[in-house]
Amino acid sequence: MTLLQTQGLTAHYGDFQALFGVDIALDAGQTIAIIGANGAGKTTLMRSIAGVLRNAPEMIRYDGTAIGARPADEVMAMGISMVPEGRKLFASLSVEENLLIGTYGRKIAGHWTLDTVYRLFPILKEKRRVPGTALSGGQQQMVAIGRALMSNPRVLLCDEISLGLAPVVIRDIYAALPEIQNSGASVIVVEQDIGQAMKVATTVYCMMEGRVTLSGAPADLSRDAIHAAYFGAHA
Amino acid sequence: MIWLDTIVQGILLGGLYALFAAGLSLVFGIMRLVNLAHGDLIVMAAYLILTVVSVLGINPFLAALIAMPIMFALGWLLQRIVLNRVLGDDILPPLLVTFGLSIVLQNALLEGFSADSQRVSGGALETASWNLGPVTVGIMPLLTFASAILVIVALNQLFYRTALGRAFRATSDDPVTASLMGIKPAGVFAMATGIAMIVVTIAALYLGMRANFDPTVGPARLLYAFEAVIIGGLGSLWGTLAGGIIIGVAQTLGASISPEWQILAGHVAFLVVLLIKPRGLFPRAFD
Repeated sequence: MTLLQTQGLTAHYGDFQALFGVDIALDAGQTIAIIGANGAGKTTLMRSIAGVLRNAPEMIRYDGTAIGARPADEVMAMGISMVPEGRKLFASLSVEENLLIGTYGRKIAGHWTLDTVYRLFPILKEKRRVPGTALSGGQQQMVAIGRALMSNPRVLLCDEISLGLAPVVIRDIYAALPEIQNSGASVIVVEQDIGQAMKVATTVYCMMEGRVTLSGAPADLSRDAIHAAYFGAHA
Repeated sequence: MIWLDTIVQGILLGGLYALFAAGLSLVFGIMRLVNLAHGDLIVMAAYLILTVVSVLGINPFLAALIAMPIMFALGWLLQRIVLNRVLGDDILPPLLVTFGLSIVLQNALLEGFSADSQRVSGGALETASWNLGPVTVGIMPLLTFASAILVIVALNQLFYRTALGRAFRATSDDPVTASLMGIKPAGVFAMATGIAMIVVTIAALYLGMRANFDPTVGPARLLYAFEAVIIGGLGSLWGTLAGGIIIGVAQTLGASISPEWQILAGHVAFLVVLLIKPRGLFPRAFD
């Protein structure tokens, strides 16, 4: 069953067009990955789905509803939660308050509570009184993921969660993914790191210059095809 | 002992200035909006209390309780209908709009209540005092000061102990990310201005009982409030109280030297504090 789908999604920043008809589909329980270089439109795609950028209603469908034109707070209340690029923790909130505010617009009982998030990332419990922005990059990323999970989302959008982190830290963070998937959330990960994306996703979409240039199951995609789709055929 | 008395009176006067300033500080802290009509809103609330007192013939404190929800609703609507439309990266539109609002309010009050100066009668409370040996303090200034402390404690509790307070701080940090948490920044701002108007009503109660007011006194109140907020450090409520006290003490000390020094001494103290600590006494760690 398709839970979330974009159809011919276009997006603009003023006169600049960032997306040119993007079609992706996320099935319930599935994890998909969006890969692509800087400026390919991955973050624009995430911001469109989350409602930070507004689009035509029919361009994004979620659980049978056209949500393309809904604002972010309504989209979040419907169960689509985002870990934004660059983590974006609230500087005047402690770690625990950053987690608690994740439930502001959507309070439903489910797998994720303060306790289960602390069990997933035990270091956060130790640091719960510290301002969120005083943590290391990897720990901040854990807070951002926990904050998005607190609303027990049906769709979790992870925008560049490995950006700027050491490989060992990235491994720790991705180790949390199976429990997130088991909790019932369908996941979209946006990555520049192709290897990481291929490992976790059932379907990979490669984007370049605002278009999907390649998609398929990781096993079916050759290295050359990805190279061409990622950098352009003549790169 | 006259000095001690002067300083105590000044501290108590600082409570009144802190009350004037707390609403301003709250709104600025959450949405970076400088409300130039804040003083006029205080005067408007004072007229509202006066009207309730004269129509219902009740005690001013009860009248203020009735005025609070009305002012909350007005603040909520003002933010929703007017101010939310001008908030943005450019700080000039909100300044112009609130400046215009200030003029509109002054003229509307003039039209409705005439230029005669008014006063809310506090009865025997106005002249009651408490003899503490070396100093005698008026019950009314003492109540004002206690109210200022209560207001600041209550606002701090709201800010740091409730989900709404978390939403206030988160929206102040980053409205876009806050919307990803299901927070509607427009609704949070409306709530904040509504709460600021409750504080404005409390300030208006003491303004009306302690001094005469007419439709044009708002901007002068705003000036003291601004000074208290700025020397206290933008966004810090306890800093705002400290700022109010500094201005209050400077004014009473100035007045004890010569009456014409009263206002000037407050402004001089403001400039001296800014010279020593340009970001105020208790600036928040970030802006």
